[in-house]
Amino acid sequence: MIKLTFPFNEDKIRALKVGDEVLISGVVFTGRDAVHKYLHDGGQLPPEVKLRDGILYHCGPVVMKQDDGSWKATAAGPTTSIREEPYQAQIIKDFGIRGVIGKGGMGDKTLAACKEFGCVYLHAIGGAAQVLADCIKKVRNVYFYEKFGAPEAIWEFEVQDFPAVVTIDAHGNSLHKEVFAMSQAELAKRL
Amino acid sequence: MSELQNSLLELIRRTSAEIPDDVNQSIIASLEQEKKGTIAESALKIINQNIQLAKRKSQPICQDTGSILFYVDCPVGFDQILFEETAKEAVKLATKKGYLRQNSVDSLTGKNDGTNVGPGAPAFHFQQHRSPEVSVRLVLKGGGCENVGAQYSLPNEKLQANRDLDGCRKVILDAVLQAQGKGCGPGILGVCIGGDRATGYEMSKTQFLRLIPDRNPNPELDKLEQDILKTANELGIGPMGFGGKTTLLGVKICAANRLPASYFVSISYMCWAYRRQGVTLDADGKIGKWLY
Ligand code: SF4
Repeated sequence: MIKLTFPFNEDKIRALKVGDEVLISGVVFTGRDAVHKYLHDGGQLPPEVKLRDGILYHCGPVVMKQDDGSWKATAAGPTTSIREEPYQAQIIKDFGIRGVIGKGGMGDKTLAACKEFGCVYLHAIGGAAQVLADCIKKVRNVYFYEKFGAPEAIWEFEVQDFPAVVTIDAHGNSLHKEVFAMSQAELAKRL
Repeated sequence: MSELQNSLLELIRRTSAEIPDDVNQSIIASLEQEKKGTIAESALKIINQNIQLAKRKSQPICQDTGSILFYVDCPVGFDQILFEETAKEAVKLATKKGYLRQNSVDSLTGKNDGTNVGPGAPAFHFQQHRSPEVSVRLVLKGGGCENVGAQYSLPNEKLQANRDLDGCRKVILDAVLQAQGKGCGPGILGVCIGGDRATGYEMSKTQFLRLIPDRNPNPELDKLEQDILKTANELGIGPMGFGGKTTLLGVKICAANRLPASYFVSISYMCWAYRRQGVTLDADGKIGKWLY
């Protein structure tokens, strides 16, 4: 288990390889379909959203307003990442993102961008909404809440020991490709 | 609130927050089987933790609370219209209380009115029987796993799958290969051989009402189920597609008559967050017993 702590600079990220289990602590920003399309279309981010050396989390959380006006994430598992494949590489490049958390893996364009710019894909456990919400110690802020609605907004979370697995590293390796090739070969033997 | 609405609300809450015992046992058994220190083991540990935590907090196991599928067995003369109306109110209330996420979108406008009620949602399947008992089963079927479901039309030249059980085996295993971990595996397959495109998928989903350890009464289908389960777990896809021994927890297959011209194999994939529960109702709509 490797502890990965904000800021996620390039050396730390390039040292990771597929199959590594990490525990992430620090600031992460959520972003899903609406945010990706917005940034890809040239949309601007508020200055507080500092993605450089940061992590983007593909997540549409359930966040409840507390009596004191603060927010609390009550369910926060990953959403399927492949929908962002058309946009992700460009966003990694333009914003200097070091890590993308999601589920299901991503494609060749993202793989190439991870290698070129020093980024990794971090696979969280799909469906583990409660365990992962428990890792969110604080909701620091929310952006585009009105514009995109709660699940699609950019949430700024402070996480502690958020578990994930490196399935695309910065060296051109993909655990998804490896497992697919291996399982395909195993299946061929059994048909 | 009527007794019936109250009972259905509790059925929804429990289905969303608590995995049925047979599924839980199956996940624990597979956790013990995975090699110690592997990612597969860690993934199953987190899944198991999540199941316990959701139950303790009475919170949704997964934030995608899924398509809401009601299966109702009822006597002749049962008021189905009243049942549907009451169930829709219970769904709205369950959504307000956070047992269900605001999860239903108008396909034309893209609007989510936050009620989980609309055309086709929730879905109802009524079946009459000759006993006086009313039983209601509920399945919450996630979207990620629904996306990896597949329907094959045999013969399939690419997979060299003919119109026989071996052909069925080939396409079902192909679906497992294509799904990898994307349906939040380890998964459970519900399969229907035959039928038309609509009834095939519909019947494949009724297989999720079965218990994981049960056996198919039809010896040929039983053999196919056991074979696919064993073979799939030899492929090394593992939990979440990270690699490992547990790719599937169960395989459930039924058959329906088909037209001479068609031969469909319809495969539905259920994620590990396998939410199914059921109750019997008395004449006032009060819960008699829990079915899983
Ligand atoms: S596939 Fe299942 S576990 Fe995964 S996100 Fe969807 S509902 Fe949750």
